[in-house]
Amino acid sequence: MLRFLIRRALGAIVIILLLICLTYFAFFSLAVDPAQLACPPKSCTPELLAQIRSNMHLNLPIYQQFWNYLSGLFVGQDLGQLGHCAAPCFGYSYNSQRFVWDEISANYPATFVLAIGGAVVFLAIGVGLGMLSAWKQGTMLDRVASSISLIGQSTQIYFVGPLAMALFVYNLQWLGIPKYVPFTQDPVGCFTGMLLPWLVMSIIFWANYTRQVRSLMLEQLSEDHIRAARAKGMSNRYVWWRYALRGAMAPIITIFGIDLGSVFSGAIITEYTFSIQGLGFLAVKSVNNADLYLELGVLIFSSVAILLFNIVVDAAYALLDPRVRLA
Amino acid sequence: MSTLTKSESGTAPKAGSAFLSVHDLQVRFRTEDGIVKAVNNLTFDLEKGKTLGIVGESGSGKSVSNLAVMGLHNPRNTTIEGSITLDGQDLLRASQKDLEKLRGNKMAMIFQDALAALSPYYTIGRQIAEPFMKHTGASKKEGRDRAIEMLRRVGIPQPQTRVDDFPHQFSGGMRQRAMIAMALVCDPELLIADEPTTALDVTVQAQIVDLLKDLQQESGTSIIFITHDLGVIREIADDVLVMYAGRAVERGTMREVLKSSQHPYGWGLLSSIPRINASVDIPLMPIPGTPPSLLNPPAGCAFNPRCAYRELVPGDKCETERPPLAPANGHLSACHLTDEQKQSILTEQILPRLSS
Repeated sequence: MLRFLIRRALGAIVIILLLICLTYFAFFSLAVDPAQLACPPKSCTPELLAQIRSNMHLNLPIYQQFWNYLSGLFVGQDLGQLGHCAAPCFGYSYNSQRFVWDEISANYPATFVLAIGGAVVFLAIGVGLGMLSAWKQGTMLDRVASSISLIGQSTQIYFVGPLAMALFVYNLQWLGIPKYVPFTQDPVGCFTGMLLPWLVMSIIFWANYTRQVRSLMLEQLSEDHIRAARAKGMSNRYVWWRYALRGAMAPIITIFGIDLGSVFSGAIITEYTFSIQGLGFLAVKSVNNADLYLELGVLIFSSVAILLFNIVVDAAYALLDPRVRLA
Repeated sequence: MSTLTKSESGTAPKAGSAFLSVHDLQVRFRTEDGIVKAVNNLTFDLEKGKTLGIVGESGSGKSVSNLAVMGLHNPRNTTIEGSITLDGQDLLRASQKDLEKLRGNKMAMIFQDALAALSPYYTIGRQIAEPFMKHTGASKKEGRDRAIEMLRRVGIPQPQTRVDDFPHQFSGGMRQRAMIAMALVCDPELLIADEPTTALDVTVQAQIVDLLKDLQQESGTSIIFITHDLGVIREIADDVLVMYAGRAVERGTMREVLKSSQHPYGWGLLSSIPRINASVDIPLMPIPGTPPSLLNPPAGCAFNPRCAYRELVPGDKCETERPPLAPANGHLSACHLTDEQKQSILTEQILPRLSS
């Protein structure tokens, strides 16, 4: 198990390095002059431009710039008058006048809470509806559960979000206006503030889980080992939870890992719908302002998040399925 | 001797007199294509410590009838009629809870494909201990000890370490042994073995059959052995029931059915066994045609479309009238041929072919 994890981690490091390399060169050798972009258009003077160049070491050859950037990620970097950028240094965002890492670390907790909560909600609702469907297979309940999840998948967050806000916040006044409050500051406020975004974000994920869980459960229930377990005298409920669900879990975990990666790397639409200052928000802002360092930073950060979740899923998979453990 | 020989008169033995008594069993499945009559009018008895071999092609109702004994059919699409009595208890009227208490405890089942029948997610030991803990209330530790003991009994080397292995770490023969250990963990009085040797090579087959015989001798278990391998039947069975299209077509002691079969289907089965001492120029005689669809079984005798001796029966009796399971030259057979015809076909055509 440890060797498996180490192997996966080493592989991930290689991928991350490649990724940084690729995005860096794509941004800085193909794109227009970064100094020009960083220079405020109205007050840009040749002196300022030169200063920006020297602060960001843009006078150096590109490979040296890349080396500076890469080493900066691990040991930090001196950016002239901008001061020392501590590791992990993703460079400087001229637009917000801050180091990129400060921007990211200010924004990712909101995304993190949104992603984790949303994932728990869509996993619970999706799997729940799927189990219900499988259990009451062929009945009205089965059809209702499948329809609900299908409707969820065909709607859009930017449609359901405002609708839910109008209903629950302004009309019924059950909830306050959704906002992110750090969990450590106010756990209850964090929960109530994020409840609506979680629910709305989860809607588009339901159908996938419902359908998968339903068919996986039905497939599992027709397996020989289910009949064998019942032949041993195990109760239906035991067989259902311990045998069938267990077998259905591994594929579900795989999809879950992929979805978790995607929500964590920034649920742009959800964040915009509910005005939550998260990574997705930051990503859009950086693109709008052509803030290259910020863009690059967000991109690398979210890729690393996806890779990490992939490793976690692989490890979970190995824990769940003993046949994978030795392979 | 078993009650089969006592009931030679053809009348069904009184329900409840034997350890397991199946009387006039009918199993029907509702499917989208119609109603499948999987088992019809099946009657047999099994006494304590005896072995009944059930033979027949795929889809002849062997497994279906025994799954009915275990109560493992899905009640949503299955109707079961008749009576199944185990040690005086009516299984068809028993509640799910009562059946759960019996399954794995008083009656147990071994399945054909051990890899599929063992869950890949749990250790062998846990799967063996599960029914033991459920039925005896034993602790985890006792369950594990019992699992080790069972693995030793079925001849798994180093059971203390193998008990923590997963099914995929066992070889095919070992998995089948583990399945047997799982079935026998509560010392069942009835063991249903559904083609336990079919997926195994001949050496392992022989080991498994020997193992079952030994275990039966030790604990006096009654065994129903389902197979289509007559060679295995010869090794293990006291009585034999031949099934075709969901019905019993022949029933008698192993010796009677194998040495002096009284049914064209039985003759077909016997003629299609390869023999090591047969002369090379005599071809095997397979039964022509394929097993009938149980959605729409042939009228009259279900075997008539494939029967080579149909012409010997006067008129179209084979196509219109179903032959009853009646005594013929010593045991029960369902065929319109007269006793004399059967005997003469057997002695003049079948036996010479088998011994040549």
